[in-house]
Amino acid sequence: MSNYKVVVGMGSCGIAAGAHSVYKKIQDTAKDKPELGIILEETGCIGMCYREPLVEIEDLKSKKKYLYGGVDEKRWEKISAEHLIKGEPVKKWIVKSSEKDGTDEDIFKKQFRVVLSRTGHINPESIDEYLKTDGYKALKRVLKEMKREDVIDEIKKSGLRGRGGAGFPTGLKWEFASREKNDKKYIVCNADEGDPGAFMDRAVLEGDPHSVIEGMIIGAYAIGADEGYVYCRAEYPLAIKRLTMAIEQAEKMNFLGDKILQTEFSFHLKIKQGAGAFVCGEETALIASIEGKRGMPRIRPPFPAQKGLWKKPTNINNVETFANIAWIIYNGYEKYASMGTKNSKGTKVFSLSGKIKRTGLAEVPMGISLREIIFEIAGGILDDKKFKAIQVGGPSGGCIPEKLLDTPVDYDSLNATGAIMGSGGMVIMDENSCMVDVARYFLNFTQNESCGKCTFCRIGTKRMHEILSRITQGKGREGDIEKLEEIAHMVAESSLCGLGQTAPNPVLTTIKYFRDEYEAHIKEKRCPAGQCKELITLKIDKEKCIKCGICAKNCPVECIRGSKENPYEIIQEKCIKCGNCKTVCPTKAVIVE
Amino acid sequence: MTNDDRSALMEIVGKYKSQKGSLIPVLQNIQEYLGYISKESVEFVSEQLNYPESDIYGVVTFYAQFKLEKPGKHGIKVCQGTACHVIGADTVRDVIFKELNLKKYGTTEDMKFTVEEVACLGCCSLAPVIMIDGQVFGKLTMDKIKKILNSY
Ligand SMILES: Cc1cc2nc3c(=O)[nH]c(=O)nc-3n(C[C@H](O)[C@H](O)[C@H](O)COP(=O)(O)O)c2cc1C
Ligand code: FES
Repeated sequence: MSNYKVVVGMGSCGIAAGAHSVYKKIQDTAKDKPELGIILEETGCIGMCYREPLVEIEDLKSKKKYLYGGVDEKRWEKISAEHLIKGEPVKKWIVKSSEKDGTDEDIFKKQFRVVLSRTGHINPESIDEYLKTDGYKALKRVLKEMKREDVIDEIKKSGLRGRGGAGFPTGLKWEFASREKNDKKYIVCNADEGDPGAFMDRAVLEGDPHSVIEGMIIGAYAIGADEGYVYCRAEYPLAIKRLTMAIEQAEKMNFLGDKILQTEFSFHLKIKQGAGAFVCGEETALIASIEGKRGMPRIRPPFPAQKGLWKKPTNINNVETFANIAWIIYNGYEKYASMGTKNSKGTKVFSLSGKIKRTGLAEVPMGISLREIIFEIAGGILDDKKFKAIQVGGPSGGCIPEKLLDTPVDYDSLNATGAIMGSGGMVIMDENSCMVDVARYFLNFTQNESCGKCTFCRIGTKRMHEILSRITQGKGREGDIEKLEEIAHMVAESSLCGLGQTAPNPVLTTIKYFRDEYEAHIKEKRCPAGQCKELITLKIDKEKCIKCGICAKNCPVECIRGSKENPYEIIQEKCIKCGNCKTVCPTKAVIVE
Repeated sequence: MTNDDRSALMEIVGKYKSQKGSLIPVLQNIQEYLGYISKESVEFVSEQLNYPESDIYGVVTFYAQFKLEKPGKHGIKVCQGTACHVIGADTVRDVIFKELNLKKYGTTEDMKFTVEEVACLGCCSLAPVIMIDGQVFGKLTMDKIKKILNSY
C-alpha cells in the first residue's frame, strides 16, 4: 500500500546541490522499510534554488503536502524517522506546505504561474503527468475546432510578446510567416539561452518539455510549417536529454509525426545542438548554424519569415514564448490579457541570482516593481548588506540603481531606464560590487563573442574593454568617460545585429547611474566598492584578530602568516586579493584599504 | 588514424550524411569520440562530406565547443557568467589553477584535467559553479573545490 509520495527536485540546480545522493538515500529507505509505502518520483526546478535539494512529501491519505528544503542525507534520516514513521513533520525544515506554515511561503505570494505552472510539480520524463495536467488539450482543440487564422487571432489578442529579448508581438510574427506562400516552411525554437545569468529556458526545458513542444506544434499549424527544430545550447545536457525523451513520447502518441490526431496536419520536430557561440542566439546566425555554417548574422530584410532556414519561410520564437501558447489557447486570451500592463501582457519568468537571499526563478505578472521582486520575492540582500544595482537583460541590458527600483517590469518602462527586459536574467549586486568592473566584465564578454563581421562591433568593443580594464587597474585618464561614450554610440549605430547594437548598454547605464564610481577610479585611483584588485590592499586588524587561523586555511595562495601566539598577517607580495580571508573571518578583522 | 577510429568515424558520417546541415553534428560526434577534432579527422570529413578543409576549419574555430588539441581525461568548465563573476568566479579559477598546478586555462601535465572557461552554466542560483564531465557543482568554497578535485 502506498502511504507517501516523495518527490525530489532534479533540475540541474537540484542535482548540482546534491539531489542524486538524496534520491539514492530515499530509494534505500523505500527498499528497507516497505511498510512505509513510499512512491519515489522526480520533478524539475520549482524555483527555490537557494533551498536545493528540495524534497516534497505528500501524505496520500490526508492529501497534505510538505516541501522540505536543504535536504541532505543526514536530514533525510531525521525526516524519515520523524515524519514518515512517527507522523510528525519536521517543521523547521519545511519551506512550504498545504498548511501554509512553511518558512518561505511568502515567496509565492506575488507570483502567478503560467509558464512554470507544471515545472517543479510534474515528472518531466512522463507524458502521462503532462496529459493529466491538461497537457495537449489545447492542441486537440486547435486541430478540431480552430482554423489557422483563429489561432493567430487568439495569440494576437492575448497580447503575448516574444520572450527572447526584443518583445516582438508573437501573433503578428506568426501572421507574417503564415502569409508567405511556399510549400515548405519551418518553425524554430530558440533555446540558445546565451545571456549569462539567465536560466529560465533551461528550467522550462528540464521541468516541462512538453509545454514547449505543444506550443511549437500549435505554431507550426498556425503558420503552415511541417518541420521544426529546437536549437539548444550544448551546455544544457539535461535539457537536451529530457527534450529528446519528450519528442519520442509525443511521436508515439501521434502529437508529432504524420497526420497528427487523424487530421491532415503533419509536423516533425528535431533537436539541433549549439556549439558554444553567443551570437547564434541572433536569429539569422542561428539559421546559419543549423545549416552547418559559421554562425554569422546577416542583413535583414529578407527577414526569416520570408527567407529563413534553407531559404524557406521560417518562424523563430523563444522557449518561454512557446511555453505560453498552450495555456493561452486552453484558458482563453482574455485571461492572459487580463494580467500585466497596457503594452506588456501576461506574466514573465525571471531568473534571480547574485547577492540576494533567495536565488531561483520567479514568474510574476508584468507590471510588478523591481523592488517587489528583489525585496519580497528574493528576500532582500544577502547578509543584509546595501543594495547597489540590479543587472537586467544580460550583455544587452544595463544596471539599474536604487532610485529606480519602483520601475515596473514591462518592456517600455525597462527600456526607459537604459536597460532592457531582455530574456529575464536578473543579477543583483550589493555595495561590494564595483560597477566599473561589471561594465568591464560585460565588454570582455561581448568582445569575445562578437563574430567579427562589423568593424565597429569587432574593434569598438575591444577598445572599450581596454579602456575599462585600464580604469579598473588604476590607470584611467581624464577624458576616458567621454571616450567611452563616443565609442559606445558608434558601436551601437554601426553594428548589423543586436549584439553590437546593444553591447554598449552596460557601459552607458553604469556611467549614467554610477559616474562617481568611474571618477573615483580615474581621479583618485580608488575603488569605492573595494573590489578592483590593483587598487586595494587587504590587511588584518591585529586588535580584532582572535588568532583562529581560519583565514590562513582558506587562503588559496598561502600568503597569511601567524599562529596561536602571534596575530595573523598578510604577506602583500603574494596576495592575489581574492578576499576569501575577508569572507571567512569570524570577527571581521580583515579590512580593505 | 587507426582502423578502429576510421570505422567509428565512418559510422558517424554515415548516420548524418543524408541530413541537411550535417557538418556540425558530425564534428560534435567526432569530438565526443576522439575528445577533439584531429587533423586527420578534418581530412576525413572533408573527403566524406565533400567540404573544403578550410570551410571545416572555419566552423571548428568559430564555435567555442570544438577543440583542436587533445584534452585531458576530465574536462573542467569554470563558469565566468555574470552571477558567478559577482559572487567570486575568479577565486574559484585561482584555486583550481593552484590545486592543479596550472598558470592559465589548459591541460595539466599529466593529461588528467583540461580546465576551460564557460560563459554560463545556467545554474546561476548556485553560484559560483563549475562543471566536470557534464556534472555541475554549485555553491563552491575552497574546501569543496579541493574535495571535488581529489575525488577524480
Ligand atoms: C546577440 C543576440 C543573442 C540572442 N540570444 C537569444 C537567446 O539566447 N535566446 C532567445 O530566445 N533569443 C535570443 N535573441 C533574440 C533572437 O534573435 C530572437 O529575437 C528571438 O529568438 C525571437 O523569439 P521571440 O519573438 O519569441 O522573442 C538574441 C539576439 C541577439 C541579437
Ligand atoms: S553565471 Fe555561472 S552558472 Fe550562470
